[in-house]
Amino acid sequence: MAAPLTLLLIVAVTIRAVLFRSSWAELISERVEVVSPLNAWKRVVEGLALLDLGVSPYSGDVFHEVSLSLIHFLFKSILGSDGITAVALYLSIQTYNKNVFRKQKYALESDRYPADCLELLRSPKEMFYIPLKVAMFYLLNPFTILSCVAKSTCGLNNAIIALFILCTLKGSALLSGILLALATYQSIYPLTLFAPALLFFLQRLYIPVNLRRSSFWFFTLQYAFIYVGSLVVITGLSFFLLGSWDFIPSVYGFIFSVPDLTPNIGLFWYFFAEMFEHFRLFFICVFQINVFFYTIPLSIKLKEHPVFLIFMQIAIISIFKSYPTVGDVALYMAFLPAWSHLYRFLRNIFLVSCVLLACSALFPVLWHLWIYAGSANSNFYYAITLLFNFGQILLVSDYFYAYLRREHHLTHGLYLKKKDGTEATLVLK
Amino acid sequence: FRLSSLIGHISTCPSLIGQCCQRHPGSVDEFQEELVIRPLHSGDIYASFQFRTLWDTDFLQEGQKVSHYRLFPKSLGQVLSKFSVRELHISFTQGFWRTMQWGQPFIPSPPGAELWVWFHDTVSDVDGNWKELTNVLSGIFCASLNFIDLTNTVQPSASFKPLGLGNATDHRFLRYATLPREIVCTENLTPWKKLLPCGSKAGLAVLLKSEKLFHSSFHSQAVHIRPVCQDEQCTSKAWELRQTLNVVFDLYTAGQGKKEWSLFKMFSRTLTEACPLATSSKVYVDITDNPELFELSPATPLLSQAVVLGDRRTYSVYDLSRAETFGQLRSLNLLLRWKGDGEMLRPLLHAERYVAGFGLQTGEIHTVIYNNHPYRAFPVLLMDSVPWYLQLYIHTLTVTSKSRDNKPSYIHYQPAKDRHRPHLLEMLIQLPPHSMTEVTVQFERALLKWTEYTPDPNHGFYVGSSVVSALVPSMVAMNTNFTQDQPLFSSFVPVKEESSYFVRVYTEPLLVNLPTPDFSMPYNVICLTCTVVAVGYGSFYNLLTRTFQVDEPSLPLAKRLANLIRRIRGVPLLT
Repeated sequence: MAAPLTLLLIVAVTIRAVLFRSSWAELISERVEVVSPLNAWKRVVEGLALLDLGVSPYSGDVFHEVSLSLIHFLFKSILGSDGITAVALYLSIQTYNKNVFRKQKYALESDRYPADCLELLRSPKEMFYIPLKVAMFYLLNPFTILSCVAKSTCGLNNAIIALFILCTLKGSALLSGILLALATYQSIYPLTLFAPALLFFLQRLYIPVNLRRSSFWFFTLQYAFIYVGSLVVITGLSFFLLGSWDFIPSVYGFIFSVPDLTPNIGLFWYFFAEMFEHFRLFFICVFQINVFFYTIPLSIKLKEHPVFLIFMQIAIISIFKSYPTVGDVALYMAFLPAWSHLYRFLRNIFLVSCVLLACSALFPVLWHLWIYAGSANSNFYYAITLLFNFGQILLVSDYFYAYLRREHHLTHGLYLKKKDGTEATLVLK
Repeated sequence: FRLSSLIGHISTCPSLIGQCCQRHPGSVDEFQEELVIRPLHSGDIYASFQFRTLWDTDFLQEGQKVSHYRLFPKSLGQVLSKFSVRELHISFTQGFWRTMQWGQPFIPSPPGAELWVWFHDTVSDVDGNWKELTNVLSGIFCASLNFIDLTNTVQPSASFKPLGLGNATDHRFLRYATLPREIVCTENLTPWKKLLPCGSKAGLAVLLKSEKLFHSSFHSQAVHIRPVCQDEQCTSKAWELRQTLNVVFDLYTAGQGKKEWSLFKMFSRTLTEACPLATSSKVYVDITDNPELFELSPATPLLSQAVVLGDRRTYSVYDLSRAETFGQLRSLNLLLRWKGDGEMLRPLLHAERYVAGFGLQTGEIHTVIYNNHPYRAFPVLLMDSVPWYLQLYIHTLTVTSKSRDNKPSYIHYQPAKDRHRPHLLEMLIQLPPHSMTEVTVQFERALLKWTEYTPDPNHGFYVGSSVVSALVPSMVAMNTNFTQDQPLFSSFVPVKEESSYFVRVYTEPLLVNLPTPDFSMPYNVICLTCTVVAVGYGSFYNLLTRTFQVDEPSLPLAKRLANLIRRIRGVPLLT
């Protein structure tokens, strides 16, 4: 499988290079859907220029990146981060598929599946091309290409998260903890990925998830120690690099308190532009808690399926974070081929794909009408934002529904009958 | 080297300032007034009033409370002692000074209100004093200076050195703010006139009638307070209060198109007496271009020459303290009648500013500075204060002269903090001779919270004028020796060297549109956004708390009621 992957990488790099050289690169790096105040390349250059002038980059309100990145950017190969992400996702999905197939084989041998759901089982032939499809979904996704051409640091964040997933699936707790700490250090939201990673390791080491067992606590504390320890070390390193704690309010305070109301594809900007001052703190807390709050319930429901949980968490972060961009959306969309076997249970996929396509097309149109033509106002752009997020929520919940339903069929049989023998419908009750 | 001479030029020079302010020993305070009338080549006329009160007392001395005020206004004296102010400069201007048409003004000022203050070294909380000071001044001058707060105050490091005594190098004690949107009207003129010793009842101040003064192209009233030396050796300090009023009457709106000006036509009053409290009361008329250009009547034997703004000008002097000035009618009405057209002396330094770009997302500020000297290059200090909601990108700063890159030798940049302080950019740029220098910087427009917009948000937001300060090489040797009888207009800015004079040029203020949210929508936005979040919450809640079950049809109502009764009876239920 190395040859098709290499070919894919070459094609992806060519497309990006072509766009990079053209006049579109300038236009794309200004688009608010692609870059946000947190990850725009223009602001990194501004931060470096401020450093040249002898002013701390955090003394103003223009630079919101963490300082280790400052050095890193000098060496960062922007076209390369996408390649790293794609290869990491490829290898992790390959590992995951092997795991899935192995578990399925054991379950079949121990006769755990009902007789009529054999068509739900997955075959190696069907699973063979999935890693390549995942890499392709990531590399050739227009969102990713735009994000890369704009030199947004979102690509870097995606690469770290993809490497973290790879290390987790390969079973290396140390590397996984360090990479997760790095991802958290850059933007706080990957903190929620701690739970699925922990669940995966517990499952892999055959430690039952029981709060009364000491083995559970032993491993949890180990992993937490690795994670928190690396986070502390990285933060301390950046303190020594810049000589002050300025970056903490400038980066983390900025992410949490949302002072900058530049329009983006998220829900925060217009909400807080129109918020009554009195309630601002309350709603900031509500919206931020909303991101972190699904972790525990989802972990309880999906404790047997940590990889799907990772997908769900990344999706929730991308939708509900304070400054989302299309690069974040592209990361969880890359996972969709891994759940292609759920297609038969998806209920709204046509609607969702139409909504997402239409919104992606309308974003630049309505932005132009508002900002340049002056014939529309901010409500138009806001409406498309609402619709886009609604479409994303529908997509994620649809996949969740399909996953749960397949699991239900695998335990209770595919063709269910009512008490009187007629064909039954399945509802959520 | 050039930097230090420029930046340090108006710092202390006790001997020179002392020389400009030698007075009769023994007097406690004295008052001088003067009016300078300068006809402009475009047919407009420029009148500049200066009222100066000198008082040898020390407001800032501990333990000595000043209580007996005579000529010096008590309101200002109390302000100085309460807030430990060392220098205060406040100006209210309506209109924009057109340097290319009118030359350089005696006292430059930007459109709107401008306030800059040097506090004394002993002040511990400068920001607190500044806040209170702006509110008190707002009351004294009936202006809305209370809009000055930390979001539009800057601390320039080099552009605003003290004009009076003081070895000030610590710019932490300096505060500068402008309100470009401030409108000046009769309400501001009246309290300003009340500060004068004679009020508007005698002396030159009788000319200050608001109907005529505000019917002009440019009108600026200012108050400048600074400590000066009393004598050459500077053994003790005196406080100088200068109230200046500059006005330019337009040929067509005020002059009815006829190139003929008189005091009565300009001010609808004539002069009848000098202010009795004044030690000197003079009217100067610039007759350098006489007799070819215009004729002046009544004639006066007194003539005076002064080198001001790099040019040697001749003035006819009317001394109002002498009775014969008023003639038989006991009133002085100067009459200037134009005879021909002449050439204007091009100002050596001139600046313009505008916003380039389209749309509400980004833009570019262009500042163009002209050096019209034919063979001399000189450095200028450009100071820009841009509000925080226009985010400047300093890496896009370019300075080009004659289409070549011209790197500034000194850049002091303080980036803005959202909702706390504005951008401050100060640069020292060397202007090549006879050239145009363009400074461009890109900015991005921010979306503000809906409560932060003014009631007319589509009017736009004002950006205060840029300040260009320079020591311009002079064609004529400047006079560094100060004499007692020197006219006030030439002693405002102390001259340190013969070969150059200090000029401050203000550019136009900018009007920039910002993208606005829809102000009628707060409730709708909250509802809709919360709906989308709730959709997410609802779907996840359903999937997390409910399980899949086979859908069994429910019993009809009659059977359900029957089952209820059967349960009570303890009998098997129906299906």
